Amino acid sequence: MLPKAKLWLSLIGAATILFSTQIQAAWELNMPRGVTQISRDTYDLHMQILWWCVAIGVVVFSVMLWSIINHRKSKGAVSATFHESTKVEIIWTIIPFAILILMAIPATRVLTEAYDASESEIDIQVIGYQWRWEYKYMRQNADEEEVSFFSIMSTPREQIDNQLPKDETYLLDVDNPLVIPINTKVRFLVTSNDVIHAWWVPDFAVKKDAIPGFINETWTIVEEPGIYRGQCAELCGIEHGFMPVVVHAVEREEYDAWYAQKQQEARTTREMANNVVTMEDALAQGEQVYSRNCVACHQAAGTGLPPAFPALAGSDVVNGDLEANINLLINGVPGTAMAAYGSQLNPIELAAVVTYIRNSFGNATGDLVQPAAVNTLIQAAQ
Amino acid sequence: MSASHDDHHHGPAKGLTRWLYTTNHKDIGSLYLWFSFAMFLLGGTFAMVIRAELFQPGLQLVDPNFFNQMTTMHGLVMVFGAVMPAFVGLANWMIPMMIGAPDMALPRMNNWSFWILPFAFAMLSATLFMEAGAPNFGWTFYAPLSTTYAPETVTFFIFAVHIMGASSIMGSINIIATVLNMRAPGMTLMKMPLFVWTWLITAYLLIAVMPVLAGVVTMMLFDIHFGTSFFNAAGGGDPVLFQHVFWFFGHPEVYIMILPAFGVISAIIPTFARKRLFGYDSMVYATASIAFLSFIVWAHHMFTVGMPIAGELFFMYATMLIAVPTGVKVFNWVATMFRGSMTFETPMLFAIAFVVLFTMGGFTGLMLAITPADFQYHDTYFVVAHFHYVLVPGAVFSIMAATYYWLPKWTGHMYDERLGKLHFWLSFIGVNILFFPQHFLGLAGMPRRIPDYALQFADFNWISSIGGFLFGASQLILLVVVIKCVKGGKKATAQVWEGAQGLEWTVDSPAPYHTFTTPPDPKLIHAQ
Repeated sequence: MLPKAKLWLSLIGAATILFSTQIQAAWELNMPRGVTQISRDTYDLHMQILWWCVAIGVVVFSVMLWSIINHRKSKGAVSATFHESTKVEIIWTIIPFAILILMAIPATRVLTEAYDASESEIDIQVIGYQWRWEYKYMRQNADEEEVSFFSIMSTPREQIDNQLPKDETYLLDVDNPLVIPINTKVRFLVTSNDVIHAWWVPDFAVKKDAIPGFINETWTIVEEPGIYRGQCAELCGIEHGFMPVVVHAVEREEYDAWYAQKQQEARTTREMANNVVTMEDALAQGEQVYSRNCVACHQAAGTGLPPAFPALAGSDVVNGDLEANINLLINGVPGTAMAAYGSQLNPIELAAVVTYIRNSFGNATGDLVQPAAVNTLIQAAQ
Repeated sequence: MSASHDDHHHGPAKGLTRWLYTTNHKDIGSLYLWFSFAMFLLGGTFAMVIRAELFQPGLQLVDPNFFNQMTTMHGLVMVFGAVMPAFVGLANWMIPMMIGAPDMALPRMNNWSFWILPFAFAMLSATLFMEAGAPNFGWTFYAPLSTTYAPETVTFFIFAVHIMGASSIMGSINIIATVLNMRAPGMTLMKMPLFVWTWLITAYLLIAVMPVLAGVVTMMLFDIHFGTSFFNAAGGGDPVLFQHVFWFFGHPEVYIMILPAFGVISAIIPTFARKRLFGYDSMVYATASIAFLSFIVWAHHMFTVGMPIAGELFFMYATMLIAVPTGVKVFNWVATMFRGSMTFETPMLFAIAFVVLFTMGGFTGLMLAITPADFQYHDTYFVVAHFHYVLVPGAVFSIMAATYYWLPKWTGHMYDERLGKLHFWLSFIGVNILFFPQHFLGLAGMPRRIPDYALQFADFNWISSIGGFLFGASQLILLVVVIKCVKGGKKATAQVWEGAQGLEWTVDSPAPYHTFTTPPDPKLIHAQ
C-alpha cells in the first residue's frame, strides 16, 4: 500500500513540475503585472472584475445546472406554474447595480491616475509611420541637438518566410529601441504621419492611438530596468503585424551616457552632410536604407506589388530625370502609400538610396548622388 | 372559372419566377434564410483561410495583404450577409404567423429588399478578383486607412454598403408596419411573443442607425473622389470623427444582431421547459432599456483615441449599466428553466448553450467596459474572443436553435434528431476550442488582425485553429439536416413540440402558403 502511494505521489510531483515549467515557458494565460504602478493597478483591477464575473457565473450556472439535472421530464418533473415576481425582479436588478458600483470605484481611481501626465521629466514624441516608429526626444534647451531615430523591425524576412529558424524574439525585435531611464516620469506625445497606429507596451499598461493631426499624451514611470516589448495595436495596413515596439529601460546614468552619445552622433551626421561620398559607399549604404524603408512595398528585387506599389526595376521615374526622382522621394506621392521621406531620412541616407535604386534591379543610370545636392533640394522643398 | 382562379391565387407559382416575383412572406423568408446560409459558408471560408494562416508562426499560405482582405471580408460578410439577413428571414417567416396576420404589410417592398442583397454581395465579393484586391482595412474601415490609403475597390465597397443599408431599412420599415398595423384582434402589444417584441425594437434601431452608416460611407466617398477632407487631417478634417460616426452606427448594430436572438431564446426555453416564460414584462422592459443604452455607449470602442477623462468616465459608466438589463434577461431564462419539466431536443441544446456562452461573452464585455483595463485589452485577441462569444455561440447559435425549432413548421417534417444533436455537440465543442484560447492570447498581448505572431502565441493559435476547422466542418451537417428535412421525414403535427405556445402552432405543418387570411379566434391568443 505504502510503496504504491509513494509511486503515485512522485508521479503527481513530476507531472506538476513538468506542467508548471511548461506553463512558464509558453502558456502565458494572463495579463502581465508589468513594471509600473499603473500596470500593477490595472492588473489588480482586471483580476478583481474577473473574480466578480467568476462568482456571478458560478451562482447563475449552478442554479441552471441544478435545474437541468433535477427538473427534467425524464425524471418525472412536473413544471411549476409561477411565471412572475416583481419582488425577485427588483432584487436581481438592484444587486448587479450595487456590484457595478463596487467595480466603478477602483476603475475611476486607476483611470484618474493613468490620465495624469503632468510634471514629466522627459518628453518623447512617438510618431507612427507605415510601418515603423520614430522617436524624437524633446530638447531640454535650445543648443542641444535633436535626438531622433526610426525604430524598425529587425527580424529578417527569411524567418518570416520560414527559410531560417525563428529567434526567441521573432517579430519583436527592432534595430533602434527606445531608451528611457527608470524611476523617471517619461511623457509620450503620440501622433502619426499617415494612418492610425497604436503604441502599446503591455508591461507599462500604456496603449495610445497614434492619429494623424492629433497629439495624444500618455506617460510612464518604469521601476525595473529591462527590455520591454509590444506591438502596434491598430490595423495600419499591410505590414501592421511587423511594427514592434521595443523599450530599453536603463539606470539614469546609463541613460545620460546614451543620450550624450546620441547628441554626438546627431552632430556628426549634420556635419557629414557636406562630405563627398564614393559610389561604393553609397551603394552599400543605399542597400541598407532600401531594405529598412522600401522593401515592404517595392520588394527586394525592385519588382513592387503592382498596381498599388509600382516596380522600380525599369521604372520611368527611376531611369528618368534625377532631380525629379529625388524630389519624389522627398515629397512622396500624395494620395498613395508613397510617403514623404524628406522628413524621415537624412540627406546622406536619401542620397544613398537614390544612388542605389538608380543602379540596381537592372537600372544602370550610373548616377552618383551627393548628400549636399539632396540637402539643397530639401531646402528648396521647404 | 372561380375554382381555377382560386387555385391560381392560393398556391405558389411554378419555377424560378416564383422566387423572383414572390411577395409571399414565407417564400421571402426562405430566400433570406438560404441566402444567409450561403453567406455563412462564404464568410466561414474566409475564416478558415485566416485560421489556416495562423496555424503556425511565419507566413505559409497567404501574403499579409490578402490576409487583411480575408479579415475584412469575413467580418463584412458575416455581419451584413449572414447574421442580419438570417434574422430578417426568421422575422419574415414567423412574425405574420405569430401575430395572426396574413402576410407582411408591404409585400412588394419585401421582395425588393431581399433581391437587392445578392447584388450587393456580388459587388462586394467581385472585388476579390479585381487587380487592386478586396477591401483590406478591416470591417470597421477606419479612415484614413479606408480613404487616402485604401485600394481603389473601396468604391465598390461603399456602394455595396449603401445597398445593404437600403435593404435593412426597407426590411425594418416593413416589420414595424406589420407589427403595429396587422395584429389579429386580441393580440395586444403585451401579449405579443417576445420574438415579435425584440424585432420591433430592433427595427427601430435599424431605422435609427443605418442612415448613419450610409452617411459615413458617403463622407468617405466624397473624401476619396470629390476632394473633401472630412477625415483627412491634412485638409483640416478629423480621423477620429470617422470613429465616432461609425460606432454611433456600430454599437446599436451589435444589439441589432443580438436582440432578435433574445426573442428566439425566449420562445424556445419555455417550450422545452414546459413552463411559461418567467418575467415577460421585465423582458420587454429590459429589451427596451438595452436598446436605449445602445445609443449612448459607442465610444467604449474608442477608449484609446485620447478622449478627455470626462468622456472616458461617461462611456465607462453607461456601458457598465448595460449589464443590468442583460443580467435580468439571463436570470429570467434561468428562472424559466427552474422547476420546469425539461427535455433536451436540439433547439433546447442550442438555447442552453446560448445562455451559458452568451453570458460568458457578457462577462468579458463587462471587463472591457472598465476603461483602464480596456487599455490593455483593446485591439487584442481578448476583444476577438469577446465579440465572437456573443456573436457565434450567441447570435449564430440562436439562429440555429430557431432553425431546428421551426423547421418542422416550415417543411412539415421532423428533422433528423440524431444528426441535429451531432451538429450541436460538434459545434459546441468546436466553438469553445476555437474561441476560448483567444482570451489567453489577448491577455498575453497578441494584437488582433495580424497575419503572423511572436512565438509565445504559437500554442494557443494552434489549438484555436483546430477548433476552427472542427467548427467550420460541422456546419455542413446543418446543411444535410435541412436538405433531408425538406425532402422528407416523419410527418410533423401542427403542435410539433409538446410545450409550444403561440399562434404559429395552431396552423398546419407545413404552414399553408397563405395563413390567417381570416383573423384567428381571439381565444387562441394567450398571455405569454
